[in-house]
Amino acid sequence: MEELFAKPEIRKPENIVYKKTDLMVDRPLSYCPGCGHGTVHRMLMEVLEEMDIQGNTIGVSPVGCSVLAYDFLNIDMLGAAHGRAPALATAIKRLWPYRFVFTYQGDGDLAAIGTAETIHACNRGENITIIFINNGIYGMTGGQMAPTTLPGMRTSTSPYGRDVQTMGHPLKITELIAHLPGVEYVTRQSVHTPVNARRTKKAIRKAFEIQKEKKGVGFIEVVSNCNSGWKMTPVQANKWMEENMFPFYPLGDIKVDGKLVEKKETVS
Amino acid sequence: MAKIIGDILINTERCKGCEVCVAACPFTVIAMSKEVNSKGYHFAMKVNAECTGCTNCAIVCPDGVITVYRAKVTTE
Repeated sequence: MEELFAKPEIRKPENIVYKKTDLMVDRPLSYCPGCGHGTVHRMLMEVLEEMDIQGNTIGVSPVGCSVLAYDFLNIDMLGAAHGRAPALATAIKRLWPYRFVFTYQGDGDLAAIGTAETIHACNRGENITIIFINNGIYGMTGGQMAPTTLPGMRTSTSPYGRDVQTMGHPLKITELIAHLPGVEYVTRQSVHTPVNARRTKKAIRKAFEIQKEKKGVGFIEVVSNCNSGWKMTPVQANKWMEENMFPFYPLGDIKVDGKLVEKKETVS
Repeated sequence: MAKIIGDILINTERCKGCEVCVAACPFTVIAMSKEVNSKGYHFAMKVNAECTGCTNCAIVCPDGVITVYRAKVTTE
C-alpha cells in the first residue's frame, strides 16, 4: 500500500530519534494488543543498553503471561518455578555477585504463590532488582481473581465482583515490602502514557544503579492493564485503570534511599 | 527559518491495532486504517503531515513498531 504523508527526505538513519532497541529480539510479541508488558520489556532493555550491561545481566522470567520473556529479551534468562524467581535470583546473585540480576514477575506470581520468596528475598536485602507488573488479575489463565484484584472488581472467578467479606482484601504487597529493612528503593509506576513510561524507565535505571552500588533490593511495581482479562479495549482499559486502579494503587515513590517517602505523590 | 519536522515509520505487519499511539499523539497524526494486515488487525497509519517527531507514540507502543525521525530543515 502506498504510504500517505511520508517525508522521505528525512527518513535517513542519522535522523532516527527513536527506534525499537536491538536488545529486543526481532520477533512478534506474544502479548495481547495494548498490553503493558511490551512497553516494560522495551524500557528495561533500553536501560540495559544505556548502561551497557546487557552482556553482564541475567534475568529471571516468572510463570504467567511474561513466561516467554526469554524469547523476546536478547540477554541471558532463566525460567523459575512459579513464584520462585526471587529465590533463583538470590542464588544467581550470590554465585555471580558481579552480574546484574533482575526478576520480572506478575501479580499472580509475586503476590500470590511467591509471597514468601519475595518477602524473604527483600528482607535479606539481596542485591537484585524486582520488576512487578500488577494488573489485578491472572491474565494468562483466563482472568481469574488475583490477590491484587480490587474490591468489587468482576473477574471470571468473582463474577459478582470481589466481596471482601468472603474473598478477602486486596494485597498491597509493594507497601508491605517498603517496610522491610533490606529494601533500598520502592516505587510504583505505570506505562500507559508517554510520561509515565519515561518515569518507569528512570525508575528501572535507578534500581539498576542501586544494584551496582550493592545497596539492597530495588523494587518497581508497574500498574498495568489487562484488556483481555478486563474485557475492554486497550484505550478503555487504560482509562479504567486511571479511574479505578490508581486511587487504590497510587503512583509515585514509596521508599527512596532506604527511607519511606512521607507524602505519596499522585500522578495520573 | 529553521523548522523541526518529524516523520514516523510504522511496521504495519507487526502492528496489533491497540490504538494506544492514537491517544498518545498530541497532533492526531495517527489513525487506524480501514485495511487490515496479514494478521487481521487494523494497523496504525499516518493521516496528516503534522508530525514533529516527539516520540510519544513510539514510547507507548507495546510492540515497538514505530520508528521516529526528526530533522531540522531550513526554509527560505
